[in-house]
Amino acid sequence: MLNRLSVKQVKNGLKEKRFSSLEVTKACLDAIRKTDEKLHSFVTVSEEEALRDAKNADEKISKGEDAPLQGIPLAIKDNFLTKGIRTTASSKILDEFMPTYDATVVLKLKDAGMVILGKTNMDAWAHGSSTETSDYGATRNPWDISKLPGGSSGGSAAAVAAHQTIAAIGSETAGSIRQPASWCGVVGLKPTYGRVSRYGIVAMGSSLDSAGPITKTVEDSALILSVLAGKDPKDATTSPLKLKLKIESDIKGLRIGVSPQYFINGIDPEVESGVKNAVKTFKELGAEIKELELFDPNYAIDVYTIIQRSEVSSNLARYDGIRFGKDRSYFGEEAKRRIMLGTYALSSGYYDQYYNKAQKVRAIIIEDFRKAFEKVDVIIAPTSPSLPLPVGSTKDSSMFGELADVLVEPSSIAGLSGINIPVGFSSSGLPIGAQIIGPQFQENAILGFAKSFEENTQNAAWRKNEPSFTEVSKGKPNL
Amino acid sequence: MPIRQLPKEWELKYNWLMKINVKNVARLANLPVSIDEEKKFEKQLEETLTYIENLNEVDTTEVKPADNVTGLTNITREDIVEPSLSQEEALRNTKSTHRGFFKVKGILDAK
Repeated sequence: MLNRLSVKQVKNGLKEKRFSSLEVTKACLDAIRKTDEKLHSFVTVSEEEALRDAKNADEKISKGEDAPLQGIPLAIKDNFLTKGIRTTASSKILDEFMPTYDATVVLKLKDAGMVILGKTNMDAWAHGSSTETSDYGATRNPWDISKLPGGSSGGSAAAVAAHQTIAAIGSETAGSIRQPASWCGVVGLKPTYGRVSRYGIVAMGSSLDSAGPITKTVEDSALILSVLAGKDPKDATTSPLKLKLKIESDIKGLRIGVSPQYFINGIDPEVESGVKNAVKTFKELGAEIKELELFDPNYAIDVYTIIQRSEVSSNLARYDGIRFGKDRSYFGEEAKRRIMLGTYALSSGYYDQYYNKAQKVRAIIIEDFRKAFEKVDVIIAPTSPSLPLPVGSTKDSSMFGELADVLVEPSSIAGLSGINIPVGFSSSGLPIGAQIIGPQFQENAILGFAKSFEENTQNAAWRKNEPSFTEVSKGKPNL
Repeated sequence: MPIRQLPKEWELKYNWLMKINVKNVARLANLPVSIDEEKKFEKQLEETLTYIENLNEVDTTEVKPADNVTGLTNITREDIVEPSLSQEEALRNTKSTHRGFFKVKGILDAK
């Protein structure tokens, strides 16, 4: 059962010598063995490395050497380069790619003492919001395996929810951490663009890509962020601003913006009431709720589609299959579609109409948020307008992700910080998530609100819900 | 799933105005595309292009395009040589090498 613990609980247990890192690691590997055939959260399980890392950590702990994540098993999304561990970005084109260096995020986690369990499944190249477009097969939602986990970091979110790991790392271009965290009922933090290095992450939309933790608790999220954050000479967009983590869960007198535009047409009524109940809880905790007019998030779909596909085409234009991987004929359909749309949007004669127009509307969105944050400290909204959708939903929908991510795209486009927290369940037992959006570099604020909610709902009945599909599920798995 | 209604005249527009020449774009993007794919992509890319035309509803006459959300400019580093991959490491993932170099297809005509 050690796999069910949070990062903080494992840290404390290791410190008090109640168990070893090897025992926790074996518990996770065991859970993966028992559940992953059905869930398919992992593309690669690095058992050998995990056991080696765990033994090393135990040795260090016995010598009294401390590190922020000493001996903590983590799962890493498969678009982070891991030296000596296959990295595919869930695309068969990279099936045999064995990186010769680590992404900065991975290096930092290693320095902090992590045990690497393996690489998690994702939409191929992170091009999607379902984890269904993985060339290695879809990941399933642990709460109901006939449903999607969301994406593109669906493997990471499902692995955390199903207790296959203590925590995981994901990446987000627009929604790829928050949305799967919402659908899997876990905490997903998208840091401010520039807070965490992108070096060694398989590039998607370079002006948007952010890496962050997916965890069981808000506190774990903050702890992992403190390891990941910081300027990296290898990524010129990383900010010199230092993260000074100080999380205040007392939110009395702080202002929350709630925008009617984010309870959009077609929103699932249970999602709407779940998030509105969460807002009520914040009000009871002393926050001031302000109604806020925000720029229609529907336009963010268009802006995001253009910018992301343009950046995809530019990034993947450089992929030649000569130095590593297979040649360009192996690109899957989704990658081809995105490369072509981006190529078209950037091509001579169309640049102004598409890319330039999108960047102008992006400027409007940035300004809109700037003004909003003069009036409020954070904004709370649904993360996803729907509950987890059935497996197969992406078929024949070439804009599935863009539509599913309508409520997370505006804040990503503006480079803001945001976090998904679980706020309850639907009558069908599926998780509901709310996002807390903050200004750039205000992770302290969003984590404070998130922690306050978590602390004050700790004894709520819904907190006792368990995913139907974990290694300890008592009833029959929901097939 | 909230899906914005496509305009009614969309179907009509789709029939008489093809916006994208898939064959040409695939050539620009250096992507092999089969004839079946060409038809499918044409329809899908047209759909996406039609969808994103909604942006034209937003007045941007006075707006300067955003080029960066970080506010950072002219980020440079010291021009010093640091340890990097060995030749062997750099070549580890390629299928075809020649005397310690990457082997690539000819670019110029041999004649």
